[in-house]
Amino acid sequence: MNRRELLKMITVATGTAMIGGNALFAYSADAKGEGRFEARDTRLLDEIAETILPRTDTPGAKDAGVGEFMTVFVTDCYTPQEQEIFHDGLAKLDALSRAEYDRDFLSLDGSQRKTLVSRLDEEAKAQVAADDAPHYFTMIKQLTLFGFFTSEVGAKEVLRFVAVPGRYDGCAPYEPGQPAWATT
Amino acid sequence: MAERHYDAIVVGSGISGGWAAKELTEKGLKVLLLERGRNIEHIKDYKNADKEVWDYPHRDQPTQEMKEKFPVLKRDYPLNESTMGMWADEQDNPYIEEKRFDWFRGYHVGGRSLLWGRQSYRWSSMDFEANLREGVAIDWPIRYEDMAPWYDYVERFAGIAGSRQGLDVLPDGQFLPPIELNCVEEDVAKRIEKAFDGTRHLIHSRVANITQPKPEQNRVNCQYRNKCWLGCPYGAYFSTQSSTLPVAMNTGNLTLRPFSIVTQVLYDKDKKRARGVEVIDAENNQTYEYTADVIFLNASTFNSTWILMNSATDVWPDGLGSSSGELGHNVMDHHFRCGASGDVEGYEDKYYFGRRPAGFYIPRFRNVGTDSRQYLRGFGYQGSASRQRWDREIAELNIGADLKQTLSQPGGWTIGMTGFGEMLPYHENRISLDRSITDKWGLPVLAMNVEIKQNERDMRKDMVQDAVDLLEAAGVKNVQGEEDDYAPGMGIHEMGTARMGRDPATSVLNRHNQVWDAPNVFVTDGACMTSASCVNPSLTYMALTARAVDHAVSELKKRNL
Repeated sequence: MNRRELLKMITVATGTAMIGGNALFAYSADAKGEGRFEARDTRLLDEIAETILPRTDTPGAKDAGVGEFMTVFVTDCYTPQEQEIFHDGLAKLDALSRAEYDRDFLSLDGSQRKTLVSRLDEEAKAQVAADDAPHYFTMIKQLTLFGFFTSEVGAKEVLRFVAVPGRYDGCAPYEPGQPAWATT
Repeated sequence: MAERHYDAIVVGSGISGGWAAKELTEKGLKVLLLERGRNIEHIKDYKNADKEVWDYPHRDQPTQEMKEKFPVLKRDYPLNESTMGMWADEQDNPYIEEKRFDWFRGYHVGGRSLLWGRQSYRWSSMDFEANLREGVAIDWPIRYEDMAPWYDYVERFAGIAGSRQGLDVLPDGQFLPPIELNCVEEDVAKRIEKAFDGTRHLIHSRVANITQPKPEQNRVNCQYRNKCWLGCPYGAYFSTQSSTLPVAMNTGNLTLRPFSIVTQVLYDKDKKRARGVEVIDAENNQTYEYTADVIFLNASTFNSTWILMNSATDVWPDGLGSSSGELGHNVMDHHFRCGASGDVEGYEDKYYFGRRPAGFYIPRFRNVGTDSRQYLRGFGYQGSASRQRWDREIAELNIGADLKQTLSQPGGWTIGMTGFGEMLPYHENRISLDRSITDKWGLPVLAMNVEIKQNERDMRKDMVQDAVDLLEAAGVKNVQGEEDDYAPGMGIHEMGTARMGRDPATSVLNRHNQVWDAPNVFVTDGACMTSASCVNPSLTYMALTARAVDHAVSELKKRNL
């Protein structure tokens, strides 16, 4: 594939362009934010990510270290404003959890987490459709999918990866259920 | 001040400089190859060549720190973690944008030959004749027939994968077997052929990636990793490092000097010849002089012209080659980022194996034969079909095991393409020397004043609409035309500023790329271009360089230089 043949944007299944990615907001002011994630945030992000992409017969988000990846990406690649939305979002998520279940997110059981995260997903999709500022959950979901499928675990154990194909076949058979290639 | 003499000096080690060094050394000349940046040794210094996306902390995306450091590079795809260190430092090497100009520079041995897109197409007769026929700018001093044998020559050495099509608009070359189209592209090609009665063609892209080994050059055929821009440990694509530099080195006639910024060509007023170049060592800031019988400027389009502007200013205030008033003028690029994409139904039982460094190409069909548009010239498309990945949009699934399962499998087929359009040479599109700011070494910088005009804007409408029509005619569904912002320079095909011509009053270079005012100075990079065609230019620079060296050496033997 040619590096610039398609007018691509990573929509990452969230209906909006990748926040913090390249070639977007090209003329926005750049400034680095302060790293302000704590160990608990990484655990929280891991569990949210695991709720989005759980371990099944293949590894899930936690196996791929998605929580930690998110903290690195947000700290280094997001603008201060985007970081603000992200950090506020984590507090909002815990507040919502307490309001609904009287416990923080990490203390919820699996089905409660699923219910809460599903609700946030709907809320975020509605916000994307309304073309508002990004919802914090859109950020979390994008980074979960991006962080997971670009991880070594995601590429090799969930998708398929061949480091040195050695040949090209443009008309190979595909059987239903076979994983996609990790890289194109 | 140390002084050294060589038979020839080549300034710049990118695609054309590498060719100049190879050809000159093979003809027995002692050559000094000057490169302003650091050395990058073949294979050994390709530090990211075997890394995968998960090896980068930000998965190859740019950080805010990178965006601050590279305010120009961040405007498009080149800013990423994997190619950091392969682009010129923007703080050390500033320039002025009187109008926005995206200048993506590779200041290291090999230059942008390590980073290039590798698309390699011949110009056609039509391209060389267009200026004369349409009364645009000035006539090229050469024709396709002058170039054909040199295209043959450079293609055989570089290794171009492609297929013979017998098209006048895109002459065939000396090809290695093409890189396959996938089955969707094959079928779309057939449908386009039929829908447009054989007047439009979807063909294999022609790329400088070898599909058969070249043992004589120690190059292995393409392994389909699609990681070319990281430097190829197999030497499977043409670069200075993989191809021309080893040959030049093996002659024993080459001296490579990195960290050597050429500040001016030293001009001998009495002999009306260049006698050498002045160099600032980028590391120790010392000034050196090197002398030679012949000088090739291959410093990249704008930097070759920068050197000329900074040379012989005691004779010509605007520099060597400025007597025509055309030095720095007629800047061109290829305007692009217009195209279309859509969904292809079916083929669910088909996929691909391997990652191609190529796709398909649709040669120009506008203003060809009986076709006539309200604008001049035309465009070609580059594109590919593929199955969607995990980054596709899935409206019906939100979270959980089903989402993971679905995204783990390929989605439907999509196809997309982007037009690359010819930009006319406008005298007022220019670069100039600006002394209001200086670079890290105290040298004046370039100021850019370039824009596209009505001809290009009209063409861009067709570039979108024709892409939509082509895909729809081929049965592609949900076709969406797209026009993204384009700023000059984004094509990374900057051309012009020291054009070739037939008359010293209207051109900087003659038909052999010699500066009219200093015949032992040759300029054979993009600066020499008199018009732009719509095809990628690098193959033409290779052919022009080999041709010019042949002339230079024959003139040297006749003692005409």
